[in-house]
Amino acid sequence: MDNLYDVIIVGAGPAGLTSAIYCARRQMKTLIVAKSLGGQAALANDVENWPGIENISGFELMNNFKLQADKLGLEFNFNEVLNITKSGDNFVVKTNKDELQAKSAILSFGLTPRDLGVPGEAELKGRGVTYCAICDGPLYKGKVVAVVGAGNSALESAEYMSKLAKQVYLLSNSDKFTADPVLVEDVQKISNVELTCFSKIKEIKGVGKVESIVLADTRDEEKTKEIKLDGVFVEAGHQAKTGWLKGTVDLNDKGEIITNRDCETSEAGIFGAGDCTDTTYKQIVIAAGEGAKAALQAYKYVVAKSSGYIKPDWGKCKTVQGEDVNLNMVK
Amino acid sequence: MDDSNFESEVLKSDKPILVDFFATWCGPCRMQGPIVEEVAVEIGDKAKVGKMDVDACPQTSQKFEVMSIPTIIIFKGGQAVKTFVGLQDKQSLIDEINKVI
Repeated sequence: MDNLYDVIIVGAGPAGLTSAIYCARRQMKTLIVAKSLGGQAALANDVENWPGIENISGFELMNNFKLQADKLGLEFNFNEVLNITKSGDNFVVKTNKDELQAKSAILSFGLTPRDLGVPGEAELKGRGVTYCAICDGPLYKGKVVAVVGAGNSALESAEYMSKLAKQVYLLSNSDKFTADPVLVEDVQKISNVELTCFSKIKEIKGVGKVESIVLADTRDEEKTKEIKLDGVFVEAGHQAKTGWLKGTVDLNDKGEIITNRDCETSEAGIFGAGDCTDTTYKQIVIAAGEGAKAALQAYKYVVAKSSGYIKPDWGKCKTVQGEDVNLNMVK
Repeated sequence: MDDSNFESEVLKSDKPILVDFFATWCGPCRMQGPIVEEVAVEIGDKAKVGKMDVDACPQTSQKFEVMSIPTIIIFKGGQAVKTFVGLQDKQSLIDEINKVI
């Protein structure tokens, strides 16, 4: 089959791109399906803990990963994966555009900004609703925006936006801002930032673009008010967006993909790597390392499936059922 | 391309034209740029491909309500016929251009 891949990698951050590089070097027919390139790592101003390089911007580091992948002839498809289903020995990976088939899959799509889950949000995404102040902030010069969230990333975004926007509303839905107190104090001093507690967005309104938000008082949800503005910056943290994987692989209570130390998930042939898994530490170097492990394990799986035994350079020779094999007998 | 020649180059273009709205400070745009250049090479003279720096061309960016970048708009006969927000692969762009040629 022409369009049967040895492996489809979902995600193109540190874990996904490292997996891809390892798979390509093992001569696996590889496809990377991703919504963006570089993941969260690409947004970091400075990376100072990637060994061997004292300081590099996250973008430059991830661009180097991508250039290396390009040199190996890796194929990219920038679509969204909707589901993965088993079909005989293979997996069908359904995207918003096509259906792809692969012998194995590596899930390495990292963490996604948490949605507010309010009416109007999905419809106006990219039309005034944004999840990245440093990505889209400069497009809101002289405008009125709201930043939603109470943690460090929300406060940092509000501070950044105060230099660009005319007015910034910073909204916490609890009784306080949970960011570092020094940061909260600094933001409170900025004249065009208005901090509001007990404030929850009920609805984002607009036709074709954001025009206003409806705010509710969390102490009395009947009390609402509408604010006219141009942009809503959602800074409500990150989550492993794995709802589409329920029933496919086991997830923990945070929604992270449960993996063992060889990056195997509960479904044989599907591997997990990086921040979307239950790995304790979310770091670029760890995600890259996990990506390499997932690739090697996927290689081992695909080879074992096609030849009936696992090549000895991957440790003790075993059949796919786990029995020891005398290689002289299996040729 | 900039605000001054947008009308003549895009709105009055006799061929469909794909415009990449980008900014120099935007990481994903820097990844999108080379992909758009590949599209330009592959599509040849069947359609035009252009780039607009949103910081240098505020009028056009506002007019087409570019609020997240990269945004790519395909124009035909002076109308925006398809808008993409976020990073796009080469094939998706070529497929859409082929639909309007």
